[in-house]
Amino acid sequence: MTGTAAASDPAGVAARHPGRGTVVALAQIAPRLGDVPTNLARHLAIINEAAAHGAGMVVFPELSLTGYFLKDLVPDVALREDSEEVSALAAASTRVDVVVGAVLETDDVRFHNAVMLFRDGALRHVHHKVYLPTYGIFDEQRYLAAGDRFQTCELTGGAPRRAPWRAGILICEDMWHPSAAALLARQGVDVLLCPSASPGRGVSRGQALGTALSYDAIIRTYAQLFTTFVVYCNRVGYEDGIGFWGGSRVVAPDGSVLGEPAGADEALVYHRIERGTLRRARIAYPLLRDERHDVNDAETDRIWHRRARG
Amino acid sequence: MSTTPKPTASGIDAPAVDTGVVAGLLRGFIRDEVHKVGFDSVVVGLSGGVDSSLVTVLAREALGPEHVTAVFMPYRTSDAQSAADARAVSELAGLALEVVDISAQVDAYFEHVPDADRTRRGNKMSRERMSVLYDISMARRALVLGTSNKTELLLGYGTLFGDMASALNPIGDLYKTQVYAMARAFELPQSVLTKAPSADLWVGQSDEEELGITYALVDLILFHLFDERRTREDVVALGFDADVVDDVARRVRTSQYKRRPPVIAKLSERTIDRDFRYPRDWGR
Repeated sequence: MTGTAAASDPAGVAARHPGRGTVVALAQIAPRLGDVPTNLARHLAIINEAAAHGAGMVVFPELSLTGYFLKDLVPDVALREDSEEVSALAAASTRVDVVVGAVLETDDVRFHNAVMLFRDGALRHVHHKVYLPTYGIFDEQRYLAAGDRFQTCELTGGAPRRAPWRAGILICEDMWHPSAAALLARQGVDVLLCPSASPGRGVSRGQALGTALSYDAIIRTYAQLFTTFVVYCNRVGYEDGIGFWGGSRVVAPDGSVLGEPAGADEALVYHRIERGTLRRARIAYPLLRDERHDVNDAETDRIWHRRARG
Repeated sequence: MSTTPKPTASGIDAPAVDTGVVAGLLRGFIRDEVHKVGFDSVVVGLSGGVDSSLVTVLAREALGPEHVTAVFMPYRTSDAQSAADARAVSELAGLALEVVDISAQVDAYFEHVPDADRTRRGNKMSRERMSVLYDISMARRALVLGTSNKTELLLGYGTLFGDMASALNPIGDLYKTQVYAMARAFELPQSVLTKAPSADLWVGQSDEEELGITYALVDLILFHLFDERRTREDVVALGFDADVVDDVARRVRTSQYKRRPPVIAKLSERTIDRDFRYPRDWGR
């Protein structure tokens, strides 16, 4: 990684067994608040570095092009899907799939906390964050418009001829609503991509950061219950005195963490995800096969109608 | 006012602190907030008390000794122990302690207002110290570090534009009892850890006597009222004296103005701090 960040590939996952599975690069960066040109240049350098290292996909945190606590800067840093910055990222995705966070403006002037997925040289998928936290230190609904769908997309890991991974994107607070993960799982996902800008807070209980403990539990639970890989990329750095705790990681469908979670500094870390892991976990725990969508739908319907009747 | 909890108040949750996690966050905070605005250095008023001592050692770890100026600013009535403790902490941190005696400038002012009471004199001393720190800030391109803890800030127990003034405050979200826990983890000198907390603005001043409550008790009440968001009734049910709880809550309410910038009369569509909302780190 360029700059001061440490690149880490302790297991040599990128070099070992080339061609098996996909190497995921987690770009745990500290974006400069409100400075899209600087952040974009950094993204392009990291994408090149990760691709050269054998990564099939590189995942950046939430709002990685803009920083998080933007407040009234939101309209100033917003991009459109046809912005030249977006084209530059698309052009960088010929060898490696790229997942980037940005503020995206729509034609009718709504600003979304968005994650863009680039593949084979083009923008292929956009997720608008559905759950905009507006409590505690968060104020997203004041500045941003909420998304209204959870759709899956394909990742090819920079190798378009191979069978793609089916992925779903949950941005930070989306992770705290299990119905969101369940909707993606129902459409079939192998990989949950979770870009995040989680501020560290909660020290008065006298143990590790409260937010880090919560995310640890959520990520492992989703991986196990939805028997999917969870790719969690959180940011680091400080904005207005608020520190982001990092801890980016990949969790396997059996709930085990691949390697070690990243620390609280900038890092570019690599993990290999393999289909065999997914297959073994789903044989051992056929939870998705056994899911009773009919019961879920009927019960949702019943609850909805009962409520509608008053 | 009662200063001890009823027996049932013992054994309830107190604000603890993971000293390793917090030290890491605060070192990063100091480094980041200083470097981001184009500075390398900080200046801290080191009184020899636990708050400024902790801030001094945190800053030294975050930035290195060459980037920390520790200034001891005694008045002629200051306790000799304060000087000894400030010196011990600066030695522990590997810093040269600078001494700026504020007696002459304070006395010069009060020659013209001889009837000023000790509160006015204390406030004046606090603001003279602030003016010295901000002069050094300009002279050395060093940001002023704040040393007000969460207990003081919530109770309004500080001098507005005096000791409450700073560019960045690493310990403003730590209760006094948490500051002590941090100070013990940093193995600050024994005297700093054990002496009675005092602003040392007049001879024999004691925080806990002046506040009429111990830090151990008030931190518990503040923690349960504000961090844990318990109702007054719930906090009283934990075993605290209702009058004490009400008094603490009243202090927090009536000192809210001290924790906010001056109020601006609303006129335009975008008024600073109302609907003109940019991050402090705007452009950094």
